[in-house]
Amino acid sequence: MATIQDRISKIVSERLGVDESEVKREATFKDDLGADSLDVVELVMELEDEFDLEISDEDAEKIGTVGDVVDYIERHQ
Amino acid sequence: MKGQHALVTGGSRGIGKAICLELASQGVHVAVNYSGNKEKAEQVADECRTYGVEAMTIQANVADSASVQSMVKTVMGEFGAIEILVNNAGITRDTLIMRMKEEDFDAVIDTNLKGVFNCAKAVTRPMMKQRYGRIINISSVVGVLGNAGQANYVASKAGVIGLTKSLARELANRNIRANAVAPGFIQTEMTDKLPEDTKGELLKQIPLGELGKPEDVAKVVAFLASDAASYMTGQTLHVDGGMVMP
Ligand SMILES: NC(=O)c1ccc[n+]([C@@H]2O[C@H](COP(=O)([O-])OP(=O)(O)OC[C@H]3O[C@@H](n4cnc5c(N)ncnc54)[C@H](OP(=O)(O)O)[C@@H]3O)[C@@H](O)[C@H]2O)c1
Repeated sequence: MATIQDRISKIVSERLGVDESEVKREATFKDDLGADSLDVVELVMELEDEFDLEISDEDAEKIGTVGDVVDYIERHQ
Repeated sequence: MKGQHALVTGGSRGIGKAICLELASQGVHVAVNYSGNKEKAEQVADECRTYGVEAMTIQANVADSASVQSMVKTVMGEFGAIEILVNNAGITRDTLIMRMKEEDFDAVIDTNLKGVFNCAKAVTRPMMKQRYGRIINISSVVGVLGNAGQANYVASKAGVIGLTKSLARELANRNIRANAVAPGFIQTEMTDKLPEDTKGELLKQIPLGELGKPEDVAKVVAFLASDAASYMTGQTLHVDGGMVMP
Protein backbone atom coordinates (compact mmCIF):
# COMPACT_ATOMS: atom_id res chain seq x y z
CA MET A 1 0.00 0.00 0.00
CA ALA A 2 1.43 3.37 -1.04
CA THR A 3 1.95 5.91 1.73
CA ILE A 4 -0.24 8.97 2.00
CA GLN A 5 2.70 11.05 0.84
CA ASP A 6 3.13 8.89 -2.28
CA ARG A 7 -0.53 8.94 -3.15
CA ILE A 8 -0.62 12.72 -2.84
CA SER A 9 2.55 13.13 -4.91
CA LYS A 10 1.05 11.06 -7.67
CA ILE A 11 -2.17 13.07 -7.79
CA VAL A 12 -0.36 16.40 -7.63
CA SER A 13 2.09 15.50 -10.36
CA GLU A 14 -0.65 14.20 -12.63
CA ARG A 15 -2.96 17.13 -12.03
CA LEU A 16 -0.33 19.84 -12.38
CA GLY A 17 1.85 18.12 -14.95
CA VAL A 18 5.01 18.32 -12.83
CA ASP A 19 7.57 15.65 -12.06
CA GLU A 20 6.97 13.72 -8.84
CA SER A 21 10.46 14.68 -7.68
CA GLU A 22 9.34 18.33 -7.62
CA VAL A 23 6.45 17.58 -5.28
CA LYS A 24 8.43 18.20 -2.09
CA ARG A 25 6.94 18.95 1.33
CA GLU A 26 7.93 22.61 1.24
CA ALA A 27 6.86 23.19 -2.38
CA THR A 28 4.09 25.78 -2.69
CA PHE A 29 1.32 24.96 -5.15
CA LYS A 30 1.09 28.39 -6.69
CA ASP A 31 4.71 29.57 -6.87
CA ASP A 32 6.72 26.35 -7.07
CA LEU A 33 4.30 24.05 -8.87
CA GLY A 34 2.63 26.64 -11.11
CA ALA A 35 -0.96 26.00 -10.01
CA ASP A 36 -3.62 28.67 -10.42
CA SER A 37 -6.41 28.98 -7.86
CA LEU A 38 -8.76 26.81 -9.91
CA ASP A 39 -6.08 24.09 -10.03
CA VAL A 40 -5.92 24.12 -6.25
CA VAL A 41 -9.71 23.79 -6.00
CA GLU A 42 -9.61 20.86 -8.40
CA LEU A 43 -6.78 19.26 -6.50
CA VAL A 44 -8.77 19.49 -3.29
CA MET A 45 -11.75 17.85 -5.04
CA GLU A 46 -9.57 15.02 -6.24
CA LEU A 47 -7.97 14.51 -2.84
CA GLU A 48 -11.43 14.38 -1.28
CA ASP A 49 -12.34 11.56 -3.62
CA GLU A 50 -9.03 9.71 -3.21
CA PHE A 51 -9.09 9.81 0.60
CA ASP A 52 -12.86 9.79 0.98
CA LEU A 53 -13.02 12.84 3.21
CA GLU A 54 -14.41 16.31 2.99
CA ILE A 55 -12.11 19.31 3.19
CA SER A 56 -14.04 22.40 4.28
CA ASP A 57 -13.66 25.59 2.29
CA GLU A 58 -11.96 27.29 5.25
CA ASP A 59 -9.39 24.53 5.52
CA ALA A 60 -8.90 24.39 1.77
CA GLU A 61 -8.07 28.09 1.72
CA LYS A 62 -5.23 27.53 4.20
CA ILE A 63 -3.49 25.06 1.94
CA GLY A 64 -0.28 26.56 0.62
CA THR A 65 2.30 23.80 0.40
CA VAL A 66 2.39 20.09 -0.29
CA GLY A 67 3.23 19.59 3.38
CA ASP A 68 0.00 21.32 4.41
CA VAL A 69 -1.95 18.75 2.44
CA VAL A 70 -0.02 15.77 3.78
CA ASP A 71 -0.44 16.94 7.37
CA TYR A 72 -4.12 17.67 6.89
CA ILE A 73 -4.87 14.27 5.45
CA GLU A 74 -2.82 12.44 8.04
CA ARG A 75 -4.70 14.27 10.77
CA HIS A 76 -8.12 13.58 9.27
CA GLN A 77 -7.71 9.98 8.09
CA MET B 1 -25.80 17.72 -28.17
CA LYS B 2 -27.40 14.34 -28.73
CA GLY B 3 -26.94 12.11 -25.70
CA GLN B 4 -25.98 14.96 -23.36
CA HIS B 5 -27.77 15.69 -20.10
CA ALA B 6 -29.46 18.94 -19.14
CA LEU B 7 -30.83 20.25 -15.88
CA VAL B 8 -33.46 22.93 -16.44
CA THR B 9 -34.66 24.85 -13.39
CA GLY B 10 -38.29 25.90 -13.39
CA GLY B 11 -38.99 23.47 -16.21
CA SER B 12 -42.60 22.79 -15.29
CA ARG B 13 -44.16 25.79 -17.03
CA GLY B 14 -43.72 28.65 -19.46
CA ILE B 15 -40.30 29.27 -20.94
CA GLY B 16 -38.66 26.49 -18.91
CA LYS B 17 -41.08 23.95 -20.32
CA ALA B 18 -40.33 25.09 -23.87
CA ILE B 19 -36.59 24.80 -23.14
CA CYS B 20 -37.01 21.23 -21.86
CA LEU B 21 -38.95 20.24 -24.98
CA GLU B 22 -36.56 21.95 -27.39
CA LEU B 23 -33.55 20.23 -25.82
CA ALA B 24 -35.35 16.87 -25.80
CA SER B 25 -36.24 17.31 -29.47
CA GLN B 26 -32.50 17.64 -30.12
CA GLY B 27 -31.76 14.37 -28.33
CA VAL B 28 -30.75 15.76 -24.93
CA HIS B 29 -31.81 13.89 -21.76
CA VAL B 30 -33.62 16.30 -19.48
CA ALA B 31 -34.04 16.74 -15.73
CA VAL B 32 -37.08 18.94 -15.16
CA ASN B 33 -36.80 20.91 -11.94
CA TYR B 34 -39.89 22.43 -10.34
CA SER B 35 -40.79 24.05 -7.08
CA GLY B 36 -44.38 23.03 -6.32
CA ASN B 37 -46.04 21.88 -9.54
CA LYS B 38 -45.16 18.18 -9.55
CA GLU B 39 -47.96 17.25 -11.91
CA LYS B 40 -46.99 19.81 -14.55
CA ALA B 41 -43.35 18.79 -14.29
CA GLU B 42 -44.33 15.14 -14.82
CA GLN B 43 -46.27 16.15 -17.92
CA VAL B 44 -43.23 17.95 -19.30
CA ALA B 45 -41.06 14.89 -18.61
CA ASP B 46 -43.60 12.65 -20.34
CA GLU B 47 -43.62 14.94 -23.35
CA CYS B 48 -39.79 14.93 -23.43
CA ARG B 49 -39.81 11.13 -23.49
CA THR B 50 -41.85 11.16 -26.70
CA TYR B 51 -38.61 12.32 -28.35
CA GLY B 52 -36.94 9.11 -27.20
CA VAL B 53 -34.77 10.69 -24.51
CA GLU B 54 -34.59 10.01 -20.79
CA ALA B 55 -36.41 12.50 -18.61
CA MET B 56 -36.78 12.89 -14.86
CA THR B 57 -38.44 15.40 -12.58
CA ILE B 58 -36.79 16.83 -9.51
CA GLN B 59 -38.24 19.07 -6.84
CA ALA B 60 -35.98 21.75 -5.37
CA ASN B 61 -36.18 25.32 -4.25
CA VAL B 62 -33.33 27.03 -6.12
CA ALA B 63 -33.11 29.69 -3.42
CA ASP B 64 -32.04 27.04 -0.91
CA SER B 65 -28.47 25.84 -1.31
CA ALA B 66 -28.97 22.54 0.52
CA SER B 67 -31.98 21.78 -1.66
CA VAL B 68 -29.95 22.57 -4.79
CA GLN B 69 -27.01 20.43 -3.70
CA SER B 70 -29.23 17.45 -3.17
CA MET B 71 -30.93 18.08 -6.53
CA VAL B 72 -27.61 18.04 -8.37
CA LYS B 73 -26.55 14.93 -6.48
CA THR B 74 -29.75 13.13 -7.42
CA VAL B 75 -29.52 14.12 -11.08
CA MET B 76 -25.84 13.10 -11.22
CA GLY B 77 -26.81 9.79 -9.64
CA GLU B 78 -29.49 9.18 -12.23
CA PHE B 79 -27.82 10.60 -15.35
CA GLY B 80 -24.11 10.22 -14.48
CA ALA B 81 -23.35 13.64 -16.02
CA ILE B 82 -24.73 17.15 -16.39
CA GLU B 83 -23.34 18.85 -19.47
CA ILE B 84 -25.96 21.59 -19.66
CA LEU B 85 -27.46 23.73 -16.90
CA VAL B 86 -30.25 26.14 -17.72
CA ASN B 87 -31.05 28.55 -14.90
CA ASN B 88 -34.58 29.54 -15.77
CA ALA B 89 -36.54 29.49 -12.49
CA GLY B 90 -37.76 32.95 -11.66
CA ILE B 91 -40.47 34.88 -9.88
CA THR B 92 -41.83 38.42 -9.74
CA ARG B 93 -43.18 40.45 -6.83
CA ASP B 94 -43.95 43.72 -8.60
CA THR B 95 -44.69 46.93 -6.78
CA LEU B 96 -43.39 50.48 -6.59
CA ILE B 97 -40.28 50.83 -4.51
CA MET B 98 -42.10 52.92 -1.90
CA ARG B 99 -44.43 50.00 -1.31
CA MET B 100 -41.91 47.24 -1.75
CA LYS B 101 -41.40 45.26 1.42
CA GLU B 102 -38.03 43.90 2.34
CA GLU B 103 -39.49 40.39 1.98
CA ASP B 104 -40.52 41.18 -1.61
CA PHE B 105 -37.01 42.26 -2.41
CA ASP B 106 -35.36 39.32 -0.70
CA ALA B 107 -37.67 36.68 -2.16
CA VAL B 108 -37.00 37.82 -5.73
CA ILE B 109 -33.25 38.20 -5.25
CA ASP B 110 -33.04 34.84 -3.49
CA THR B 111 -34.83 32.96 -6.25
CA ASN B 112 -33.68 34.79 -9.35
CA LEU B 113 -30.09 35.71 -8.46
CA LYS B 114 -28.97 33.54 -5.57
CA GLY B 115 -30.77 30.66 -7.27
CA VAL B 116 -28.45 31.00 -10.25
CA PHE B 117 -25.45 31.18 -7.94
CA ASN B 118 -26.56 28.08 -6.03
CA CYS B 119 -27.15 25.99 -9.13
CA ALA B 120 -24.03 27.15 -10.97
CA LYS B 121 -21.93 26.46 -7.89
CA ALA B 122 -23.39 22.98 -7.46
CA VAL B 123 -22.73 21.90 -11.06
CA THR B 124 -19.24 23.40 -11.21
CA ARG B 125 -17.67 20.37 -9.56
CA PRO B 126 -19.02 17.78 -12.00
CA MET B 127 -18.47 20.14 -14.94
CA MET B 128 -14.86 20.82 -13.96
CA LYS B 129 -14.24 17.10 -13.71
CA GLN B 130 -15.89 16.54 -17.07
CA ARG B 131 -13.85 19.40 -18.53
CA TYR B 132 -17.10 20.32 -20.25
CA GLY B 133 -20.08 22.40 -19.35
CA ARG B 134 -22.59 24.85 -20.74
CA ILE B 135 -24.44 27.18 -18.39
CA ILE B 136 -27.26 29.30 -19.73
CA ASN B 137 -28.89 31.84 -17.45
CA ILE B 138 -32.22 33.46 -18.18
CA SER B 139 -32.07 37.19 -17.53
CA SER B 140 -34.61 39.67 -18.88
CA VAL B 141 -34.90 42.71 -21.12
CA VAL B 142 -35.75 44.78 -18.04
CA GLY B 143 -32.42 43.78 -16.48
CA VAL B 144 -30.88 45.95 -19.18
CA LEU B 145 -33.53 48.67 -19.58
CA GLY B 146 -34.83 49.01 -16.01
CA ASN B 147 -38.54 49.07 -15.29
CA ALA B 148 -40.74 51.03 -12.93
CA GLY B 149 -42.43 48.77 -10.38
CA GLN B 150 -39.84 46.01 -10.68
CA ALA B 151 -36.84 47.22 -8.70
CA ASN B 152 -36.31 43.80 -7.11
CA TYR B 153 -36.77 41.85 -10.34
CA VAL B 154 -34.65 44.22 -12.40
CA ALA B 155 -31.85 44.12 -9.83
CA SER B 156 -31.93 40.33 -9.87
CA LYS B 157 -31.89 40.11 -13.67
CA ALA B 158 -29.10 42.68 -14.05
CA GLY B 159 -27.24 40.69 -11.41
CA VAL B 160 -27.63 37.55 -13.49
CA ILE B 161 -25.84 39.23 -16.41
CA GLY B 162 -22.89 40.18 -14.17
CA LEU B 163 -22.80 36.74 -12.59
CA THR B 164 -22.78 35.17 -16.05
CA LYS B 165 -19.74 37.22 -17.06
CA SER B 166 -17.85 36.22 -13.92
CA LEU B 167 -18.68 32.55 -14.40
CA ALA B 168 -17.54 32.83 -17.99
CA ARG B 169 -14.18 34.27 -17.03
CA GLU B 170 -13.63 31.97 -14.07
CA LEU B 171 -14.43 28.72 -15.83
CA ALA B 172 -13.39 29.36 -19.43
CA ASN B 173 -10.14 27.42 -19.23
CA ARG B 174 -12.01 24.37 -18.00
CA ASN B 175 -14.14 24.35 -21.16
CA ILE B 176 -17.18 25.59 -19.31
CA ARG B 177 -19.08 28.30 -21.15
CA ALA B 178 -21.62 30.59 -19.50
CA ASN B 179 -24.03 32.80 -21.41
CA ALA B 180 -27.28 34.56 -20.70
CA VAL B 181 -30.48 35.03 -22.64
CA ALA B 182 -32.56 38.14 -22.03
CA PRO B 183 -36.12 37.55 -23.19
CA GLY B 184 -38.44 40.45 -23.86
CA PHE B 185 -42.14 40.04 -23.28
CA ILE B 186 -43.00 36.42 -23.77
CA GLN B 187 -46.45 34.95 -23.61
CA THR B 188 -46.53 32.95 -20.34
CA GLU B 189 -48.39 32.93 -17.05
CA MET B 190 -45.96 35.61 -15.89
CA THR B 191 -47.12 38.04 -18.58
CA ASP B 192 -50.75 36.83 -18.66
CA LYS B 193 -51.07 38.51 -15.27
CA LEU B 194 -50.45 41.95 -16.81
CA PRO B 195 -53.48 44.22 -17.34
CA GLU B 196 -54.63 44.71 -20.97
CA ASP B 197 -53.72 48.39 -21.18
CA THR B 198 -50.20 47.67 -19.93
CA LYS B 199 -49.88 45.04 -22.65
CA GLY B 200 -51.04 47.55 -25.26
CA GLU B 201 -48.38 49.99 -24.13
CA LEU B 202 -45.79 47.25 -24.22
CA LEU B 203 -46.54 46.27 -27.78
CA LYS B 204 -45.73 49.82 -28.90
CA GLN B 205 -42.17 49.36 -27.58
CA ILE B 206 -41.56 46.17 -29.52
CA PRO B 207 -40.22 46.80 -33.03
CA LEU B 208 -41.41 43.39 -34.21
CA GLY B 209 -44.86 44.31 -32.89
CA GLU B 210 -45.88 41.21 -30.95
CA LEU B 211 -45.16 39.25 -27.80
CA GLY B 212 -42.65 36.45 -28.14
CA LYS B 213 -43.37 32.78 -27.69
CA PRO B 214 -41.60 30.55 -25.16
CA GLU B 215 -40.26 28.57 -28.15
CA ASP B 216 -38.49 31.68 -29.45
CA VAL B 217 -36.45 31.78 -26.26
CA ALA B 218 -35.97 28.02 -26.14
CA LYS B 219 -34.38 27.92 -29.59
CA VAL B 220 -31.76 30.48 -28.61
CA VAL B 221 -31.04 28.63 -25.36
CA ALA B 222 -30.53 25.43 -27.36
CA PHE B 223 -28.20 27.30 -29.72
CA LEU B 224 -26.06 28.50 -26.80
CA ALA B 225 -25.99 24.98 -25.37
CA SER B 226 -24.88 23.53 -28.69
CA ASP B 227 -21.43 23.42 -30.24
CA ALA B 228 -22.61 25.97 -32.79
CA ALA B 229 -21.90 28.48 -30.02
CA SER B 230 -18.60 26.95 -28.95
CA TYR B 231 -16.71 30.24 -29.35
CA MET B 232 -19.18 32.27 -27.27
CA THR B 233 -18.98 32.87 -23.55
CA GLY B 234 -20.04 35.66 -21.19
CA GLN B 235 -22.59 36.97 -23.69
CA THR B 236 -26.17 38.05 -23.26
CA LEU B 237 -28.39 37.36 -26.24
CA HIS B 238 -31.53 39.46 -26.51
CA VAL B 239 -34.66 37.67 -27.64
CA ASP B 240 -37.09 40.54 -27.44
CA GLY B 241 -38.41 41.50 -30.86
CA GLY B 242 -35.84 44.28 -31.02
CA MET B 243 -36.59 46.11 -27.77
CA VAL B 244 -32.93 46.32 -26.80
CA MET B 245 -30.34 46.96 -29.46
CA PRO B 246 -27.10 46.98 -27.52
N1 LIG C 1 -42.44 35.62 -19.37
C1 LIG C 1 -41.69 36.63 -19.73
O1 LIG C 1 -42.16 37.52 -20.44
C2 LIG C 1 -40.27 36.73 -19.30
C3 LIG C 1 -39.51 37.80 -19.78
C4 LIG C 1 -38.18 37.89 -19.42
C5 LIG C 1 -37.63 36.94 -18.58
N2 LIG C 1 -38.37 35.92 -18.12
C6 LIG C 1 -37.73 34.96 -17.24
O2 LIG C 1 -37.86 33.66 -17.78
C7 LIG C 1 -37.92 32.71 -16.74
C8 LIG C 1 -39.15 31.85 -16.87
O3 LIG C 1 -40.28 32.69 -16.85
P1 LIG C 1 -41.76 32.17 -17.13
O4 LIG C 1 -42.51 33.32 -17.64
O5 LIG C 1 -41.71 30.93 -17.92
O6 LIG C 1 -42.24 31.88 -15.63
P2 LIG C 1 -43.48 31.00 -15.08
O7 LIG C 1 -44.37 30.61 -16.19
O8 LIG C 1 -44.02 31.79 -13.94
O9 LIG C 1 -42.72 29.71 -14.53
C9 LIG C 1 -41.80 29.82 -13.49
C10 LIG C 1 -41.09 28.51 -13.31
O10 LIG C 1 -40.11 28.64 -12.27
C11 LIG C 1 -40.33 27.68 -11.27
N3 LIG C 1 -39.95 28.22 -9.97
C12 LIG C 1 -40.39 29.36 -9.35
N4 LIG C 1 -39.77 29.53 -8.18
C13 LIG C 1 -38.91 28.49 -8.04
C14 LIG C 1 -37.98 28.10 -7.04
N5 LIG C 1 -37.80 28.83 -5.92
N6 LIG C 1 -37.28 26.96 -7.21
C15 LIG C 1 -37.44 26.21 -8.34
N7 LIG C 1 -38.30 26.53 -9.32
C16 LIG C 1 -39.02 27.66 -9.16
C17 LIG C 1 -41.79 27.33 -11.37
O11 LIG C 1 -42.02 26.04 -10.80
P3 LIG C 1 -43.52 25.59 -10.32
O12 LIG C 1 -44.27 25.31 -11.60
O13 LIG C 1 -43.28 24.36 -9.51
O14 LIG C 1 -44.09 26.73 -9.56
C18 LIG C 1 -42.00 27.39 -12.88
O15 LIG C 1 -41.55 26.21 -13.49
C19 LIG C 1 -37.86 33.49 -15.45
O16 LIG C 1 -36.52 33.55 -14.97
C20 LIG C 1 -38.33 34.86 -15.87
O17 LIG C 1 -37.84 35.87 -15.01
C21 LIG C 1 -39.69 35.81 -18.45
